[in-house]
Amino acid sequence: MAKNLKCSICNKNANVHLTQIINNKIHKIDLCESCAQKKGVTDPEGFSLADLFAKQPEIATNDKVQLRCPTCGLNTAGFRRTGRFGCVDCYDVFKPLLLPMLEDMHEGTFHKGKIPAVTLSRQSSQLQLKKLQDFLTKAIAEEAYEEAAKYRDRIKELQGVENLEVSEK
Amino acid sequence: MISSLINEDRAELTQAVKKASPVVLCTRIRLARNLVDQPFPGRAKVSQRRAVLKSCVGKIGSMSKMKKGTFLDVANLSDLEKQVLVERHLISRELCEGEEGTGVYINKAQTCAVMINEEDHLRIQFLKTGFNLKPVWKLTDAFDSELEETLDIAFSPEFGYLTACPTNLGTGLRASVMMHLPGLVISNEMERVIRAVNQLGITVRGLFGEASDPTGHIFQISNQQTLGESEPKILDRLSSVLKTIIDHELNARYKYLEENRQRVCDRIGRAFGVLKNAYIISSDEALNFLSVIRVAVDFDMLPEEARSTVDRLMIECQPGHIQYAVKESIDPEIRDISRADKLREEFDKLPILDFHKIS
Repeated sequence: MAKNLKCSICNKNANVHLTQIINNKIHKIDLCESCAQKKGVTDPEGFSLADLFAKQPEIATNDKVQLRCPTCGLNTAGFRRTGRFGCVDCYDVFKPLLLPMLEDMHEGTFHKGKIPAVTLSRQSSQLQLKKLQDFLTKAIAEEAYEEAAKYRDRIKELQGVENLEVSEK
Repeated sequence: MISSLINEDRAELTQAVKKASPVVLCTRIRLARNLVDQPFPGRAKVSQRRAVLKSCVGKIGSMSKMKKGTFLDVANLSDLEKQVLVERHLISRELCEGEEGTGVYINKAQTCAVMINEEDHLRIQFLKTGFNLKPVWKLTDAFDSELEETLDIAFSPEFGYLTACPTNLGTGLRASVMMHLPGLVISNEMERVIRAVNQLGITVRGLFGEASDPTGHIFQISNQQTLGESEPKILDRLSSVLKTIIDHELNARYKYLEENRQRVCDRIGRAFGVLKNAYIISSDEALNFLSVIRVAVDFDMLPEEARSTVDRLMIECQPGHIQYAVKESIDPEIRDISRADKLREEFDKLPILDFHKIS
């Protein structure tokens, strides 16, 4: 190698040089041995430059707003450092940062694969039940007994369906 | 803790006798899944990790595919046991580093391993010898659907299955096929192949990380992208790339054989001689010679049954397995002696090379 390349992370002399083409874009990076090891370049279980780019702190310099997930406390800097989210809600909080990353990383930005139908229907019926229960409490508090009876019947119906599903198995 | 797994006489990777195939050693598929109501393992408190572990272990243990399976809590495994499981591709290195509340559930045949609290709450893996993307996907898909009936899995209609790292988002699917590519390595074509498949969103790695000339001429080839395509489409794309690689590999081998017949015979003969007679042999050296013997089987110089012996030895000659066999951790040099003992014993049972049969 003619010129001495510097490690993109710590600026020591680089002796690991990587090139990877992701979605027809060439990504090049030079690393020193210890950073290469830390970043898992030598890890057989799934190294990719896409990961590494996602994890590079210097890309974070143009973040104007620091986002913070109210559920798990992860902030923009934390996400930039680890490249990993902390919880399900991070996907909403960090969405503005995420979308451009996904464009580089993946074939598309919208899921086209399998859908966990059972989980989703269970979640939506639970959500409905909870809503109905809230309505019921409110109706009773307001002494709107006719309304309350309607909600109660509907809840029974939904619970009945759920029990039926369970007993069939 | 892991002795029942290691001594299992029907383990997929080490004991599958009939299904060994040229070029492709094994097919693995893994799915990344998370539960809705807990932070991802990297940001979870110990109590939360324990809660995830507890609820998952119960559910996984009751599944039909896990009948007679083994649950291993990483905290109770010795370093050597972890190394053996990594060498068998049953756990990842990341899981070994796991804090309290990480574990793995492995079925009896070692075709299925579910890691709990690795990078994601669940990493479901199915593995089979040979080139079997579709059958392995069917198994994985069915297991995943069954698990989803009892566990609330994190999913968004827009982004699909939510994972700790956005590189796994969407399907959470990584399919990885282990290929034996001595022909492409020897004809210096590997770099060109890696560049070409990278462009198609496919990643190539060595058996243990290094990419250009890995030990044993073994490469792991897997899909890079997980979002924006359905699972069958991801697998189809990978599959067509792999088929092309298989064709190129076989062409490279026969071309090399045609032009360098004496050289090929010499290499195979020497590899056989070393493995049958050495008294000290390192893991790299053993793997490289075993790779040559696998080619000898492909060229009909050894009976087809020898292939599964070679594949098993490729795993059993790795450092962790050698030490596990003598029940203690030993210096590399003593390890090299034990390895050579084992290889001499196994190679004594093989018939001699038939140089006339080379096709």
